[in-house]
Amino acid sequence: MRTDPTTGPALEIEHLRKTFGALRATDDVSLTIERGELHAVIGPNGAGKSTLITQICGELRPDSGHIRLDGVDVTRVPAFGRARLGLGRSFQITQLCGDFTVLENVLLSLEAKGGGSFDVFRDPRRNRAHRDVAMHWLDTVGLADFADRQASALSHGERRQLEIAVALARDPRVLLLDEPMAGMGAEESGKLARLLAGLKGRYSILLVEHDMDAVFALADRISVLVYGRVVFTGTAAEVRENPEVKAAYLGDWEC
Amino acid sequence: MTDARRPILFTLGVFAVLALLPAVFALTGWTSGMGLATRIVIYAIAVVALDLIIGYGAMVSFGHAMFFGVGGYVVAIVAHHTGLGELPFGGTNAAFIVWPLAILACAALGLVVGWLALKTTGVQFIMITLAFAQMVFFLLISVQVYGGDDGMMIDRRNTLPFVDIGRPLIFYYLCLLLLAVWLGFCRMFVNSRFGLVLQALRQSERRAVNLGIAPLSFRLATFVTSAMGTGLAGVLWANYARFVSPDMAAWTKSGEFMAMVVLGGLGTLTGPIVGAAAFVGLEELLSMWTEHWMIVMGPLLVIVALFRRRGLVGSLLGGDRAH
Repeated sequence: MRTDPTTGPALEIEHLRKTFGALRATDDVSLTIERGELHAVIGPNGAGKSTLITQICGELRPDSGHIRLDGVDVTRVPAFGRARLGLGRSFQITQLCGDFTVLENVLLSLEAKGGGSFDVFRDPRRNRAHRDVAMHWLDTVGLADFADRQASALSHGERRQLEIAVALARDPRVLLLDEPMAGMGAEESGKLARLLAGLKGRYSILLVEHDMDAVFALADRISVLVYGRVVFTGTAAEVRENPEVKAAYLGDWEC
Repeated sequence: MTDARRPILFTLGVFAVLALLPAVFALTGWTSGMGLATRIVIYAIAVVALDLIIGYGAMVSFGHAMFFGVGGYVVAIVAHHTGLGELPFGGTNAAFIVWPLAILACAALGLVVGWLALKTTGVQFIMITLAFAQMVFFLLISVQVYGGDDGMMIDRRNTLPFVDIGRPLIFYYLCLLLLAVWLGFCRMFVNSRFGLVLQALRQSERRAVNLGIAPLSFRLATFVTSAMGTGLAGVLWANYARFVSPDMAAWTKSGEFMAMVVLGGLGTLTGPIVGAAAFVGLEELLSMWTEHWMIVMGPLLVIVALFRRRGLVGSLLGGDRAH
């Protein structure tokens, strides 16, 4: 079943459907994220972006369709199983362990990668290799100085940065970023955009984002989601010129 | 980092005080003090176990007395049949055999109860643990062979090689040693790789699951561990009192355990030891004065819960990392 993980697409979504009563939240969505591609999903509020993300990470089961991670069909695999297979994600509303330190949050990510350990004797904070990896990523996102600070004491922007470090530390095959810039100031989101630009090509990333400047600057391809349907997929330039997209947004943004 | 050392120093202080208590009793001639201190230490083992699941695993068990009761009853039942000569090889009174047997029985019960209760969370979890405890309670009441309502007397304590735990002083220090070992184990447990995942599940299950954690196995293993610790306390109680009764498994006992944990400081492990001492000590003091000691104890618990949300000593123990 499994195709060669070095050649096939990193993530394939085929004819995904999910309805809530009469609402078609996901309406025959097909998407492909090529290896090393940064693929953005944009769409107006209520377009079904969050519903799509929760189906990809396994928290919500689609009515029909398929999701393949590195060629493996994971449609029936629960969320923790997908995470172990290499799906990493950040949350729109940050989900961090507030009582843990910043460093412990990243160490948890490394511990949990294999499903967690039943080792009750060793202290994970003393794992040199994990510490080094964690500190590397905290340094990358600009949180190295806050390693020993309690996560709940971080600012909104810093929590978002920590979310990214937690997701990246485990070297995910596919990275889902759910509005990583939401609620960030201009300076912070600029910093994050530079960080994402630096990751481009090394990771396969699905980016859901409202910040259009960032999306147009970063994305290799953009899919436009409207009322649960993908109305268009193309490069930034193609999306700008597409009449259907313009109609959907009705001048919501200036191109 | 004096902050990091404070809980350790506080814990050492608590054990120093407990270790010196017999000397104080000997000097002051307070004869019933030894019994009081022994009860405190035995309850402390149970409430440290309870804090492990409530404070670190967010599993609020309202039926932990069932493990206390079962631990005690296994000791009493083995002693009963050994006394009647009904067991193969003449039965046994050896602690090395009876105590592990009792703790294993609690583990088995904990596995079943935990597995069923962990299919739910929150109020339902509380209710299922309470329901199981009530089943154990009424089972103990109805089994006439083992004393039913009246409970069972135990002729003598279990035996250990080299030491005579029939002597109150030696038995006290044995209990204290077991409390120290149990606390040390629990401390290691919550700071381990396993503990990191367990505590992550308490703070954000969604985060942990999306990192690759299947919650049930971690929670169940912790629940069973806690059941075994509480079972050990039951074993020691049966040996201390040389008497077991269904009251050991009553829901009021579960409530007392929970009150001790909250009184001392949830999620601190050492705090509940202080909680047990405060609760048992106050009960002793107040009941000298009136048999309706709960009239005073109740408001005290309310005041602590309202104004010291981290319990009596939670803030000393790095309680800012707890709830």
